[in-house]
Amino acid sequence: MLSVSVSQAFEGFSLNVSFEAPQGITVLYGRSGTGKTSIINAVAGLLRPTAGRAEIHGRILFDTAEGIWIPPHRRRIGYIFQEGRLFPHLTVQQNLLYGRWFAPGTARRETPDRIIDMLGIGHLLKRRPGMLSGGEKQRVAIGRALLSGPEILLADEPLAALDDARKADILPYFERIRDELSVPVLYVSHSASEVARLATTVVAIEDGRVTGLGPARDVLSDPTVTPLGIRSAGAMLTARLVRHHDDGISELDAGGLPLLLPRIDHAPGRTLRVRIEAQDVMIATTHPTDISALNVLPAVLTDLRQGDGPGVLARLDAGGNTILARITRRSCDALGLRPGMPVFAVVKAVSVPREAVGDHPGRHV
Amino acid sequence: MEWLSAQEWQAVALSLRVAFWATLLSLPAGVWVAFILARRDFPGKQLLNGLVMLPLILPPVVTGYLLLLTFGPQGPAGSALAKAGISFAFNWAGAALAAAVMAFPLMVRAIRLSLEAVDPKLEEAAGTLGASRVWVFLTVTLPLILPGVLAGAILAFAKAMGEFGATITFVSNIPGQTQTVPSAIYAFLQVPGGENQALRLVLISVAVAMGALLISEILARRIARRTGGT
Repeated sequence: MLSVSVSQAFEGFSLNVSFEAPQGITVLYGRSGTGKTSIINAVAGLLRPTAGRAEIHGRILFDTAEGIWIPPHRRRIGYIFQEGRLFPHLTVQQNLLYGRWFAPGTARRETPDRIIDMLGIGHLLKRRPGMLSGGEKQRVAIGRALLSGPEILLADEPLAALDDARKADILPYFERIRDELSVPVLYVSHSASEVARLATTVVAIEDGRVTGLGPARDVLSDPTVTPLGIRSAGAMLTARLVRHHDDGISELDAGGLPLLLPRIDHAPGRTLRVRIEAQDVMIATTHPTDISALNVLPAVLTDLRQGDGPGVLARLDAGGNTILARITRRSCDALGLRPGMPVFAVVKAVSVPREAVGDHPGRHV
Repeated sequence: MEWLSAQEWQAVALSLRVAFWATLLSLPAGVWVAFILARRDFPGKQLLNGLVMLPLILPPVVTGYLLLLTFGPQGPAGSALAKAGISFAFNWAGAALAAAVMAFPLMVRAIRLSLEAVDPKLEEAAGTLGASRVWVFLTVTLPLILPGVLAGAILAFAKAMGEFGATITFVSNIPGQTQTVPSAIYAFLQVPGGENQALRLVLISVAVAMGALLISEILARRIARRTGGT
């Protein structure tokens, strides 16, 4: 368990946050330039905040009130940087084992073989970082941080420098860290899909303040918490994969609610998390017929939130699942929508991309 | 060896010894000064930078005279060191000191340039992996600046081999004691018929300088292949 509070004044805004990061991946979620990186740099000891305190498993990392500041090399953290930062003069193997050399005997030790195997980098060990692709570099950086025996893993937008295909390659490794290793992760992201895929806990940060804090599903389906603005809002569902149909459609079951999505590369029986973007959901007041959308879900409108522009964010309860829908105020008025109304949520199957579906945390436990 | 007289041989051997020790002993200081100039901010940084670079700009004779005033038998540092049994007066150690001071700016400059090319983010990363400042320097910074350190050392060695003005002012021109190759060339040119002897020493100087450059080139290339990762 990591508990953090940080205050820091920046030009134009001030950062003032306080939160706890339990087991699993805790994502600091917000726009660029809201001070997220400053928070994890304070935890890492790379930036000294004006005021604050951080403690991991009861061990104080810094406490400005007490005048305590543990230097970075004695904090036992593993930091995965956006740009990898591998040592160019060492081989992949030497990079991987670098931190292990300095780890105290009491540190939690993952065996190198297990981590190398988990990250699929066994064939790269003899190479130098200059010979690796971006995705390979980042996998080695992840392994290097893990093998230093950290008590917490920090990741500062570790996928931001990669193209979409590489991102999709790396995401599963973070899922495996979350599900197979016991080290907690503090992860900075401004990507809604990463948050939906990885987060156990979400700390939503807007204008330097925490505006939402809690389990990922709750925070993401709260229409009042939109750290990236109403445009990129989207709810997260937990669903079990039922079967694959012959026509390339996979059928899921979200707590009794059937969901049809394009083919998902997982075996039936798996519990998955699915992110449905608010802008991909339509609302109908009567059951639409003769429509191409595969998912017409009966729901109850529970909440309406006016955006700054012409948009409205509606929260729907569909069989116990929360779905967010972004519609125009004009449509909202024309349909006479108000909380408590029974409606139908219309979701095109193809609007849910493959990257929006991932393993559900705790699956392996 | 018949083609070199005893005096010429003495000069060559002495020059090599002076340049070797001047380079070796000033190298740690050079790395340290380059490091704090490149990486630290402190009051008086410009002053230190100026002091280090001064011998490059001052007339060598002035540097030599200042050394004589400071490290000579009557100088403050010289008399203090004399009590400890160390003397720089009119001996080869004095010649090495003069050579080291004159070569220091070149050495620091080369090392500082290579330090400034090292990404501090790599050092930061090493810190998060548990390495203390000293270990970060030894395992990340130093291997990455090795080509620069090497270039600085070779440059300093070549400069020390050729140093004349400060040396002759500080420790004079005593054959077998302080007569380095340049001093010997100068001395031979003062006597009629000494041109041949001078010319032989000139050729040796050129050969040593070329050899030093060649070795540094080969070593630098080997290191670059190792650290470049390409």
